[in-house]
Amino acid sequence: MKTNSKNFEPRIVGFLCNWCSYTGADLAGTSRMKSAPNLRIIRLMCSGRVDPSFILRAFQLGADGILVAGCHPGDCHYQEGNFKALRRVPLLKRILREFGIDERRLRLEWISAAEGEKFAKVSTEFTEELRALGPLRLETSVLPQSLGGELETQEVAA
Amino acid sequence: MSKPKLALYWAASCGGCEVAVLDVAEKILDVAGFFDIVFWPCAMDFKYKDVEAMADGDIDLCLFNGAIRNSENESMAHLLRRKAKVLVAFGSCAMDGCIPGLANLTTREAILESSYQETPSTLNPERTRPLPQVAAPEGELDIPKFYESVRTLAQVVPVEYFIPGCPPQPTQILNVMSAIMQGAVLPPAGSVIGAGEKTCCEECGRPRKEKHIKRFYRVWEIETKPEECLLDQGVICMGPATRSGCGALCVKANMPCRGCYGAAPNVIDQGVKMVSAISSVIDSQDPAEIDSILDQIADPVGTFYRFSVPNSILHRKQPSGSA
Amino acid sequence: MRKILIDPVTRLEGHGKIAIFLDDDGEVANTYFQVPELRGFEQFCVGRPVEEMPRITTRICGVCPEAHHMASVKACDAVFHVEPPTAAKKLRELLYSAFFVGDHTLHFYALGGPDFVVGPDAPPAERNILGVVRKVGLEVGAKVIELRKRAQRVVSLIGGKAIHPVTGVPGGVVKPLKAEERDEIVGHTAYFLEFAKFTIGVFDQVVRGNQGYVDMIHSDSYTHRFYSMGTVDENNKLNFYDGKIRVVDPDGKEFVKFPPRDYLQVLAEHVEPWTYLKFPFLKQVGWKGFVEGNDSGVYRATPLSRLNAADGMATPLAQEQYEVMYQRLGKPVHQTLATHWARVIELLYAAERAAELARDDEILSDKIRTIPTATPTEGVGCVEAPRGTLYHHYVTDERGILRKVNLIVGTTNNHAAIAMSIRKAAHGVIRRGVEITDGVLNRIEMAFRAYDPCFGCATHSLPGKMPLEVQVFDSHGTLLNSRRRGCE
Repeated sequence: MKTNSKNFEPRIVGFLCNWCSYTGADLAGTSRMKSAPNLRIIRLMCSGRVDPSFILRAFQLGADGILVAGCHPGDCHYQEGNFKALRRVPLLKRILREFGIDERRLRLEWISAAEGEKFAKVSTEFTEELRALGPLRLETSVLPQSLGGELETQEVAA
Repeated sequence: MSKPKLALYWAASCGGCEVAVLDVAEKILDVAGFFDIVFWPCAMDFKYKDVEAMADGDIDLCLFNGAIRNSENESMAHLLRRKAKVLVAFGSCAMDGCIPGLANLTTREAILESSYQETPSTLNPERTRPLPQVAAPEGELDIPKFYESVRTLAQVVPVEYFIPGCPPQPTQILNVMSAIMQGAVLPPAGSVIGAGEKTCCEECGRPRKEKHIKRFYRVWEIETKPEECLLDQGVICMGPATRSGCGALCVKANMPCRGCYGAAPNVIDQGVKMVSAISSVIDSQDPAEIDSILDQIADPVGTFYRFSVPNSILHRKQPSGSA
Repeated sequence: MRKILIDPVTRLEGHGKIAIFLDDDGEVANTYFQVPELRGFEQFCVGRPVEEMPRITTRICGVCPEAHHMASVKACDAVFHVEPPTAAKKLRELLYSAFFVGDHTLHFYALGGPDFVVGPDAPPAERNILGVVRKVGLEVGAKVIELRKRAQRVVSLIGGKAIHPVTGVPGGVVKPLKAEERDEIVGHTAYFLEFAKFTIGVFDQVVRGNQGYVDMIHSDSYTHRFYSMGTVDENNKLNFYDGKIRVVDPDGKEFVKFPPRDYLQVLAEHVEPWTYLKFPFLKQVGWKGFVEGNDSGVYRATPLSRLNAADGMATPLAQEQYEVMYQRLGKPVHQTLATHWARVIELLYAAERAAELARDDEILSDKIRTIPTATPTEGVGCVEAPRGTLYHHYVTDERGILRKVNLIVGTTNNHAAIAMSIRKAAHGVIRRGVEITDGVLNRIEMAFRAYDPCFGCATHSLPGKMPLEVQVFDSHGTLLNSRRRGCE
């Protein structure tokens, strides 16, 4: 059952790289730029560090949208890390599509250290896009034990 | 002193795991001499009532193959869990969902509709469907309920050990049975046994280079070189994302690995690991070119998750329109 | 109405159960053979690349994955409009013949054979491979294990893996045979041949030499007049791997002969709500219910039907045996228990064919692939699985991604016939006033066992027991009586 759009606050997880996009987000903050508070940030050293399983896990745990942000191509602190993200995200989107998850819930952006404004804009736009899409609410008949979930299984209604 | 009791049961699977047990050939006599086989429906005529009549924990070792597809599979999983001291998810279906798990990419309704209505040879103008309970003229008949999703054994009951493979190779089965028969101390509960601790690449033997893939090939369209890594040649091979233990039989026969031994150690989702691996070896930095290379992967989910949809993070495809 | 439930039917590939309803006179009112399982291959294969099907559909059955692999790869050849080189076809057929040898051996010695070798009324503890061994000799058990080992070895040398072979692709096979592998295979086929001859001898001596069994084979309780289906080559001789599918009517006259791609003109499938398995029938005759005869579309596709539908066997020793059987029983044969006889004749043919192909130098060729060039569309591939004719039908898009899949699987062909054989046997043995004993129940089970409904893996039916429970309920579901045998 979808929550009424007006009340729904999307939960977004953002994987930001240390050198560019996290610094850009920091800049947005220190410059007091207005941006949606829905983004929960996880700082990694590089966007190439984002293992696609982090993304799926975040969806499984309740994220409605995921942002992966890194340095602009050519500017990666580790030369090529962001190119890995550039290939992983489109492939993962195909997987999401096949699993019936709207691929717009996964977004890849290049945000430099100086682009506080871009960060604020992306954050706000993504939030509104997700608000329109609605909450993800993954339907599954199991919860993984390894997450500490109860071994709760039920027959999903036919 | 009475012999330890062994049970084998097959849920939703093809039976290959049990044939693999037979394929230990003459060594089966050692196994049969050591254990008292108390339940094995495909080979012996013990019935469910006989298992119900046993004391809890009476069965020392139960090798349970097959996924949980319907209500009978599920009730047998619960029954055998109660009656067995050690319950093993035997083979890919029980451990990961395997091929029957591909049904989690479609729906129960679609399966019933195609099987009993749409397939071209089916002649069913009355739109008859199998039902869990039917009132026949003479009395009531029942068959198990077909669930919406396929689950693994461990998603239904706690499991002590996992033996991967489709099927587990007879040599590995023998390794496990011999260890048990010799009284070896088993690893902690929850472990994968009867398999290796690396990936299939370890057993492959083909020379590997640093990969720069600009094009992917499907197996029908290319004759591969036998002395070169298949992935190097652009053929998707699940070796890097698959646990070792099978001897890399498929690759040695010139076909790419498809991942039947499940995820490598410490990996929770086999398919997404392959996403990572494939992305790392694509040789392009241009988004449009990347897209067209990715388009050459004919069926990403069905290839990367061929054997493991139910045991993946996402477990099943979302109903359309909801996600 | 009282209900007797045999659940589960055991020594069966997969799952099955039988419900027997008795009327107030204690006579059988009806029986229902129910298959409680469904996995959905026809649906979940949609979206898969067609060339992956030879490795996906093997998981329909782990006892006969070779059959699915071959039907699938032939369907793929058809989808891609590609012709494999003859060396590839020979390699495929060699693998297939070795598989048949192993599979038929297993059924005869461990599943169906015991009923004959030790007798249907023998104590349950004797009616298994151990009883066979005691009767025929200790080395028999060891020979069966050795035979299976060699047959699996041949399959893995050509197919890569014994259980779930992998080397078939559209247009050929991917693994050329090395000279030393071929030499090894030749050695194995020699063993197959000796063993097949030995098995014919066992059957002659123990079954045909026993008037009681001969009478049972002829008895009306186990006889049905059905249409018979099998695959034949251009000389109308039986071939397991390739040919046209031929159906003869209950009188033995050719009714239809068609290439695999025309199967939809001949076959349709009926649905009942009390079983997940469908009932194929001959469209041109129509579904008339569970009845036999020329006016019923029910047919059989079993070793017996295959021999009925063929004009002979393509190899000399098997041809001799074929003639012996038909001289004895007339043609066509409708006695269900004679299926065991037909099966050992097929075993001999498979062994001879394997030996022939192993000695053919062309199998050493490295020209084993034709790379497809045409746009994939649609195709049908058929083989004779040990349990019946197997049909794989694929429709793809222009990239070769599956849009539609239709499968008619070996034993499925016989679903209606099995149900009727069980019913007739039950009518024959369950009578008012007659105690329902082990022997009575076994005679009902013999009716389905003749069809080898997959999985004769009872090589080591070790305790030699046949525990069975029969419960008799009245129409209110109150348990009136229950009998167990062989259960501790």
